[in-house]
Amino acid sequence: MSYISNTDKERKEMLDVIGVKNFDELISNIPDKFKLKDYLNLDEPLSELEIGKKMFNIVSKNICLNRSNAFLGGGIYDHFIPAAVDAIISRPEFMTAYTPYQAEVSQGTLQAIYEYQTLICELTGMEISNAGMYDGASAAAEAILMASRKNRLTKTLISETCNPAYIEVIKTYTKGVGIELQFIPAKNGVTDIDKLNEMMDDNTSSVLIQSPNFFGNIEDNFEIEKVVRKAKKALYLSAVDPISLAILNAPSEYNADIVIGEGQALGNKPYYGGPLFGFLASKMELSRMMPGRIVGQTTDVDGKRAYVLTLQAREQHIRRDKATSNICSNQALCTLASTVYMCLMGKKGLQEVAELSMSKAHYLAEEISKINGFSLAYTQPFFKEFVVNTTLEPDYVIQQLKEKNILPGIDLSCYGYKKQLLVTVTEKKSKIEMDSLLNALREVK
Amino acid sequence: MAQLIFEKSRMGRKGYTLPKNDVNIDINKSIDSKFLRKQDLNFPEVSELDVMRHFIELSHMNHFIEKGFYPLGSCTMKYNPKSHEALVRHPCLMDLHPNQPQESVQGALEIMFELQKDLSEIAGMAQTTLQPVAGAQGEFTGLKVIRAYHEHKGNHHKNVIILPDSAHGTNPASVALAGMKVVEIKSNSKGMVDLEALRSVVNENTAGFMLTNPNTLGLFETQIEEIAKIIHSVDGLMYMDGANFNAILGIVKPGKIGFDVMHYNIHKTLSTPHGGGGPGSGAVSVREDLVKFLPCPLVHCKDGEYYLSFENEETSIGRVHSYFGNFAINVRAYIYLKMLGGKGLREVSENAVINANYLMKKLEKTYLIPHNHTYCMHEFVASGDWQKEKCTKKNDDNTICQIKTLDIAKRLLDKGYHAPTIYFPLIVHEAIMIEPTETESKQTLDEFITAMLEINEECINNPQIVLNAPTNTPVRRVDDVKAVKELNVRYQK
Repeated sequence: MSYISNTDKERKEMLDVIGVKNFDELISNIPDKFKLKDYLNLDEPLSELEIGKKMFNIVSKNICLNRSNAFLGGGIYDHFIPAAVDAIISRPEFMTAYTPYQAEVSQGTLQAIYEYQTLICELTGMEISNAGMYDGASAAAEAILMASRKNRLTKTLISETCNPAYIEVIKTYTKGVGIELQFIPAKNGVTDIDKLNEMMDDNTSSVLIQSPNFFGNIEDNFEIEKVVRKAKKALYLSAVDPISLAILNAPSEYNADIVIGEGQALGNKPYYGGPLFGFLASKMELSRMMPGRIVGQTTDVDGKRAYVLTLQAREQHIRRDKATSNICSNQALCTLASTVYMCLMGKKGLQEVAELSMSKAHYLAEEISKINGFSLAYTQPFFKEFVVNTTLEPDYVIQQLKEKNILPGIDLSCYGYKKQLLVTVTEKKSKIEMDSLLNALREVK
Repeated sequence: MAQLIFEKSRMGRKGYTLPKNDVNIDINKSIDSKFLRKQDLNFPEVSELDVMRHFIELSHMNHFIEKGFYPLGSCTMKYNPKSHEALVRHPCLMDLHPNQPQESVQGALEIMFELQKDLSEIAGMAQTTLQPVAGAQGEFTGLKVIRAYHEHKGNHHKNVIILPDSAHGTNPASVALAGMKVVEIKSNSKGMVDLEALRSVVNENTAGFMLTNPNTLGLFETQIEEIAKIIHSVDGLMYMDGANFNAILGIVKPGKIGFDVMHYNIHKTLSTPHGGGGPGSGAVSVREDLVKFLPCPLVHCKDGEYYLSFENEETSIGRVHSYFGNFAINVRAYIYLKMLGGKGLREVSENAVINANYLMKKLEKTYLIPHNHTYCMHEFVASGDWQKEKCTKKNDDNTICQIKTLDIAKRLLDKGYHAPTIYFPLIVHEAIMIEPTETESKQTLDEFITAMLEINEECINNPQIVLNAPTNTPVRRVDDVKAVKELNVRYQK
């Protein structure tokens, strides 16, 4: 079904008005040799009933997180989402609306973005947030470009403890545009600050540190910031887990210049890795360099409070090749989900989520380290993720636990870390579920 | 105007429940207090009912497809079927982690594999990456592929992308982000690519040519064969911006008319919801010898088993997304294609083109159509110039009363319509770009035509009502100068 309203009779009436006999006359200017003679070679069309059955069969081949006891994270997190979030984002008023360029009939979307910006500023301690980016990785890449626009320098230092997916995307975005990437080595699971100190100089444009980092460890942002400030113009880019910020330092407390992160954990389902959304916030002095949309408060001609897309002179539809970014569509509905989530949870709820995740992760880490053949890789403070050294191959452990429907963590060997598992715990994990993982690990031979 | 959620906050109110902590761990013992948050977190304290009422109140201030016609040129605001929404909300799609073992996500991989295949067939190309999450990221990806192609051949000097002055703003912005240079050429008097202008800028540095076809005037670029010949003669590549693909589905295949790379706007052409600005999806299709440059992984299938292939990692441009793109959006596109099939897709474009031509025919006596080639494709660009000329007069107090396209657009809001795209493309004075899409009925179009004709009457007989519009929207014209001058981007107590 192609969801077309008009009947053959109506189409005929319309063609008569246009003054043609048939559709082909309308496209007579397209050279005949280009025109397809047959329909596209796609499957035979299905009715709504049939596609429902087909989809049921296909998705049955997936094992979802709810049907397994999974401890997966590494950037995508399975936090609890109140039902009210989907009740709002599935409203067509939000879901099928276009980008809010016509402010007078888009106040709902615009005010929601303004509230989102406020919440992100509260969370990060920054002064301005944009309306969202594609994901944490592209937000990190755009933050590096933003810093380089500001200080007109190109040397960029990235900690090796950053999420490898971020690093991959950063490489794609910065290749061939004059940015020089250098990687700060890790030491005991955190950024090696002495090495950073050696690498810093006045040509340094920015330094990107993730905390909690890819291994779950909390970086000493205060010490790092001191080193960053030794360089004249270098900007401090901080990648964060938004949930952690309910109990860990707001990046403003360690004087970060630009804060980015993956926002999925705030009210968005994992959905096999997408859609996600990135957040990007900064000090006010960087506002003109910011990529993406920004909503501002203003008034209408009657003096009534109103919201509108603002600072548009940065954007592609005005500045074209001189724009701060090419971004147009972002991940608006995902940022709306995060807005609803943050409002529902409030200050106390988000703190509870963070505390539950952290304390449960610490319980699990402590107990795993007591099991023969498993030990904690690092001794750093961590949030909700930690790395476990295994004497057996992680893949073997994963296969052993598969029969019990347990996914113990991410095998880090594909990132070059041999015999290591990254284990993640959120508030959704009960002690019973964690104990069943522990029992299963004890039985691995 | 609605209160902000922060203004509704009451200390101690809450909108969530969470289980009690069932482990006995004091986190304060496991972390130095210097790492703990010091500053207050001023989130609203509200009940679930407060939150629901608040966002429902906001939702009432939006225009959306189910409320009314959305004739936004270049945006393809077609109806988004509800079955897609119901089917994509299955736990075995929502609750999949991207790091799950591949044998536990065979259904997800099958959907991606099939969509890669179907999009490649529609484009007439060899392979498709689903990783780009938006049209602009698709452009970036495609342009990086073009650059990789030249660098792979050692042609590092080929770094200039030519595009017409009718191009979307994202095109030149994406070229810059991909580290290449833009050369813009003027369109000819017919609104088409000017072949002489093109020839005069093509040289050994030409990396490629970027074209929307049908172009942003809603016209099929009939000289496409000659354009491709000129670009290919210097080993440049032809890039198609798929923003207007809704016009030619199943009519022509971009890969068979000279294009080498293209991106889809899945959220336009394949009917996934726009979400108030996203998430969309910007899949990129390429010809055979460019497949090795696409982002990894692609989904392959061997003996009935689907897997993520990293075989092109050495030559790939690298990743553009943390994982596999906007999976949930791509699932909707998959469902759409399985429901439409080849016949349905052809009907989409036929009806989109008929609807646009009908509207143009009915409006062409009242509104100037600057590049009127008798027929358009799925959209057309009108102009407010006649209204501007007719309705410029001096008021008694010597102020000038002059109606512009902006006023016409705002008056449409009063009549329950979303405004068309205005002041784009840049090559048309006072542009009004109208795209009805295939899902709208003749009745809706007739009502819209009536509204447009009424507005023209008002421009002549009652210009003040047009100049003052809108008056029955949640807010009236907003002061965007003030928004910049008195920048206020977050609520502060």
